[in-house]
Amino acid sequence: MTAPARSSADERLLAFRRNKLALVGAALLVLLVAFCFLGPLVYVTDQVHTVLEAARLLPGEQGHPLGTDDLGYDVLGRLMAAGQTSLVIGLAAGALATVIGTAWGAVAGFYGGWLDAVMMRVVDAGIAIPGLFLLVVAATLVTPSVPVLILVIGLVSWLVPARLMRAESLALRSRAYVEAMRLAGGTGLGAIRRHIVPNAIGTVIVNATFQVADAILLVTYVSFLGLGIPPPAANWGGMLSGGLAYSYDGYWWLIFPPGLLIVLTVCAFTFIGDGLRDAFDVRFRERA
Amino acid sequence: MTRYVGVRLLQAIVVIFIVVLIVFFLLHRIPGGPARGILGQQATQQQIDDFNHAQGFDLPLPVQFGRYLGQMVTGDFGDSYVENQRVGDLVADRLPKTLVLTGLATLLALLVAVPLGVFQAVRRGRASDHVLSMVNFVLYSTPVFFLGFVLIIVFAQRIPLFSAQAPQGGTLVEILSDPRGLALPVITAAAGMIAVFSRYLRSSVIDNLHEDFVRTARAKGASEPYLLRKHVLRNSLTAIVSMIGYYIPVAFGGALVVEQMFNYPGMGLLFWNAAQRSDFPVLLGVVFVIAVATVLGSLLADIAQRLIDPRTRKVTP
Repeated sequence: MTAPARSSADERLLAFRRNKLALVGAALLVLLVAFCFLGPLVYVTDQVHTVLEAARLLPGEQGHPLGTDDLGYDVLGRLMAAGQTSLVIGLAAGALATVIGTAWGAVAGFYGGWLDAVMMRVVDAGIAIPGLFLLVVAATLVTPSVPVLILVIGLVSWLVPARLMRAESLALRSRAYVEAMRLAGGTGLGAIRRHIVPNAIGTVIVNATFQVADAILLVTYVSFLGLGIPPPAANWGGMLSGGLAYSYDGYWWLIFPPGLLIVLTVCAFTFIGDGLRDAFDVRFRERA
Repeated sequence: MTRYVGVRLLQAIVVIFIVVLIVFFLLHRIPGGPARGILGQQATQQQIDDFNHAQGFDLPLPVQFGRYLGQMVTGDFGDSYVENQRVGDLVADRLPKTLVLTGLATLLALLVAVPLGVFQAVRRGRASDHVLSMVNFVLYSTPVFFLGFVLIIVFAQRIPLFSAQAPQGGTLVEILSDPRGLALPVITAAAGMIAVFSRYLRSSVIDNLHEDFVRTARAKGASEPYLLRKHVLRNSLTAIVSMIGYYIPVAFGGALVVEQMFNYPGMGLLFWNAAQRSDFPVLLGVVFVIAVATVLGSLLADIAQRLIDPRTRKVTP
């Protein structure tokens, strides 16, 4: 008796679903996205005009469930608006880093030789400069805005995916089907697009999830170092660091809600990434 | 081995050259140039031109780069524009302090993460493993300064065990003789490392537990503690070594935030203050030192790995 054949996609889905942490992460992410993007439709607040006479109201006062901040913005509504910014920057910067890193690593590993040596030394150099230091410098060069932050965070985060992809590419380029395509007169870039990247897609996707998590943390640090997006725009990192300025006055509602939302969001992406890794990596699946 | 070290050294020099190239040209994009930063907004065009001429900023960029590189090779990083001091002296004063902070944090992280990772690997799939994994993920996901804030509230305000202010002493001895002040910055810096290290060690130990030689030893009747000590942990040692080498730039990045948060007088704070005032030679000097530390660190880690683990010697750089 043979077991019914199951496609690898089915098995992956099964492995992902068996990983409870990954399911928790996925559920968490759905809730967070709903909170940030659907929340403002239900709970309408003004996040543009300051109301100084209603500043720093305690939670529950004057119909503000989570109180107001030092400029009189409703904290609950601001968490939603800020979350949109944080999520959009995190997702876009993570995607940008993944695309650049994948392309860079795939080309370096596939062609090898001098090109590989030079391209990977550039990656080594990039890794030797901590991303935060580059972000601090970048902020003195350009005024932070959402597209700028996406670009800058993407540009300091593509190095790890480049290394991972290069290793994959190096291993895949000597496979028979890649050699065959080359013998048949196919171009190198064609082989990379048709064979190398699709075969490494598991590694790419798993890493992309972690990239998003890291990008959201980076936005937070950028805000803490005083380089965030200027108001009235908001992101969780900015709210958290803004709240910390009043930490000794006991304004806990300005600190813990954005802090917890950052932790939950980064956790959600990390859980999902961990589950995806189990799903894509047969080795892990057998041992779990 | 000699050949390997030679090739890696050559690579390291190329990498450091690229670092200097990137940062040099990036910093030259600062609007108005360093002249505006130093002379202020009120400076006249004449003053700016004079300054630029005196500093050699009116020369073509490649020429400036060549001059800068020439100075660097002789160990001269130039003068700070803001502090009336040489960049070399500033860095030499701050670097040991950051090394103390990150060194202690790494040590603490290893002391916690190694037993934690091994424990989780041995008990993988059980409830205790899941709970610890969860704690790990939460630790990883918490912004360093948020964690630092919570620690200050709990361990400096509610339970006045430690001080919320980092040691402010000018010398290393003064810093080290203030453990109450040093505790929270070190713990804060260690937290993220604990999460990453223990996760890494957990998968390394799981990998090694599935090796043939472990199965053979077990079949021959070796006890589990003996197996762990002799066969698994020794093999995971290479993982720890390469992990530390890889973690150096991340640790410096963390120091930037921790030093800023606790007002700890290290390289991170120096860099941040320099960025606020476009103190271009200091920025370049700090990045250069960190890049050298990172490149040397990963070089040493790779060499150590080859010494410890004969299997890795087959891999060419």
